[in-house]
Amino acid sequence: MQSTTLTLGPVLFNWPADRWRDFYFRIADEAPVDHVCIGEVVCSKRQVFFAEVLPQVIERLERGGKEVLLSSLALPTLKRETRHDAELLNGRHMVEVNDVSLLPSVAGRPHAIGPFVNIYNEGTLAFLASRGARLVALPPELPRSSIEAIASALPDVTVEVWAFGRTPLAISARCYHARVHGHSKDSCQFVCDRDADGMTVETLDHEPFLAVNGVQTLSYAFCNLLKEANDLVDTGVSSLRLSPHTCDMVAVAQLFRAVLDGQRDADEAFALSHDACPSATFANGFVHGAAGALYV
Amino acid sequence: MTSSAANDLELICPAGTPPALRVAVDAGAHAVYCGFQDETNARNFPGLNFSRADMAAAIDYAHQRNCKVFIAVNTFPRAGDAALWRRAIDDAAALGADAVILADIGLLAYAAERQPDLRLHLSVQAAASSPEAIRFYTDTFGVKRVVLPRVLSVAEIADINAAVACETEVFVFGGLCVMEEGRCSLSSYVTGRSPNMHGVCSPPSHVSYHEADGSFVSRLGNFTINRIPARQPAAYPTLCKGAFRAGGTVGQVFEDAVSLDASKLLPALSRAGVKALKIEGRQRSRAYTRAVVGAFRAALDAMANNTEIPLGILLQLSEGQSATHGAYVKTWR
Repeated sequence: MQSTTLTLGPVLFNWPADRWRDFYFRIADEAPVDHVCIGEVVCSKRQVFFAEVLPQVIERLERGGKEVLLSSLALPTLKRETRHDAELLNGRHMVEVNDVSLLPSVAGRPHAIGPFVNIYNEGTLAFLASRGARLVALPPELPRSSIEAIASALPDVTVEVWAFGRTPLAISARCYHARVHGHSKDSCQFVCDRDADGMTVETLDHEPFLAVNGVQTLSYAFCNLLKEANDLVDTGVSSLRLSPHTCDMVAVAQLFRAVLDGQRDADEAFALSHDACPSATFANGFVHGAAGALYV
Repeated sequence: MTSSAANDLELICPAGTPPALRVAVDAGAHAVYCGFQDETNARNFPGLNFSRADMAAAIDYAHQRNCKVFIAVNTFPRAGDAALWRRAIDDAAALGADAVILADIGLLAYAAERQPDLRLHLSVQAAASSPEAIRFYTDTFGVKRVVLPRVLSVAEIADINAAVACETEVFVFGGLCVMEEGRCSLSSYVTGRSPNMHGVCSPPSHVSYHEADGSFVSRLGNFTINRIPARQPAAYPTLCKGAFRAGGTVGQVFEDAVSLDASKLLPALSRAGVKALKIEGRQRSRAYTRAVVGAFRAALDAMANNTEIPLGILLQLSEGQSATHGAYVKTWR
């Protein structure tokens, strides 16, 4: 049986180009991940920032033995946005589809489906697989029972589960970064670049709750399924997704790899993940069918 | 189709219960939408929705009065357990529903194959927000109408209508999702219960209230959603309408406690080529349904007759509550 792969999802946040490039260079050289999805998923206005360094990042990742996938936007509404997504198909890389709008263009060729397309059951996955979906990231809110039903029904598809990082919870036409800072979306001044892991949203009782990333809302807690990793493999899951943050993602990837390979105890790895991401609060509720904010 | 579209505009009205359905039909709905009594529809609330016998009688009542019935089967089937959802589609067809409103790709494939004569509408929960996405559903499953997500401006809706072959339907009144519908897990992050999986958002079972330090505190799950001075009217703690702290400010980070009122945009929406106007609120009272449906029907009749649109009634309905045009106006973003 093929070993479980690790996918590094796209950087969801607005990072300066040099940070973005250096992050991927280190991933290329040091992180034991198999697939790396790159590209802007959240806000098309950010695409220009790293366009120039994109080719060298791809080249470096491939030299490091990673398979590179190009991620499409989660909510394209403008013509230039759907055109940009369609142009991703012109290259030699597999594309990760994050919105239904791209499904007609990828039909009949191998492609990946990202966590922003709703695959809640095996009927939907069977349909998409028949059109060429090969690597499929399930919605992060799915419980283990659903994951198992989907993965076991389609063993030929690489089914992936959101395993590390702030969990995407919603996307909107409205930019909350701009709103909080008193700007309109069209003249946002790119204030989202102030929060490299998202802007913390607290309750009025000062309890950290959510994280805002432009038009996207994420969990405050970082999903961390190190302790569930091997059980998920037993359900038929064949890839785990790690979502980039400013903490030590190479260390995070090494911990997941070691747990999957049976070289490190999951409890011990979980304890070490606090050292890799010291400021993170961890949660695993969704996979246990509980509130996503909980650590069960 | 843009200049005379007012003549064709359909008014799509909510029916949470059989009595509410009769009220909506009598008040002038061109079509009503409703769901079965289970988690197959996105308003899976206690005391709401229709048994099979209710539905048969409701369709009979509506059809006798030249009103259509659309059945919403618009949650995402639970993995390994799609039978409940498939039966909803088969029963909708057998009962003579005029359309089913679906969101799940697997369910659309099932309906297109097993019930080829059943008219398919795409639920707002499918979040089809571009011509390319809409064409996927029309070309693949023969979807005849798409309910557009509340992320588009009127100009963008006009562009979509110019680019697609199917009909479009838009929300004009009632509760407003701030996030794109069908892609929001905020509720399940806090309660474990979500619109997509369970047909609920910020469910009452997880709401609690208490007073502390002279404040009235609303909580959802383990999180405080709002805190207001005691004895002021408190809004229901829908997660995205709550008050929070972010970026050094305190307030409604996502959206104020507002509801959608696009009544002033009816001519613009008509010119944008939409086919149908949808009123939210299957959970609302019969009195509310009667008033809103009646007012919108009067407005549509006035548009069709080229007379002045009587907005007064609608303005009264949103009195005491803030209203918004939502994403229809670009500055909302």
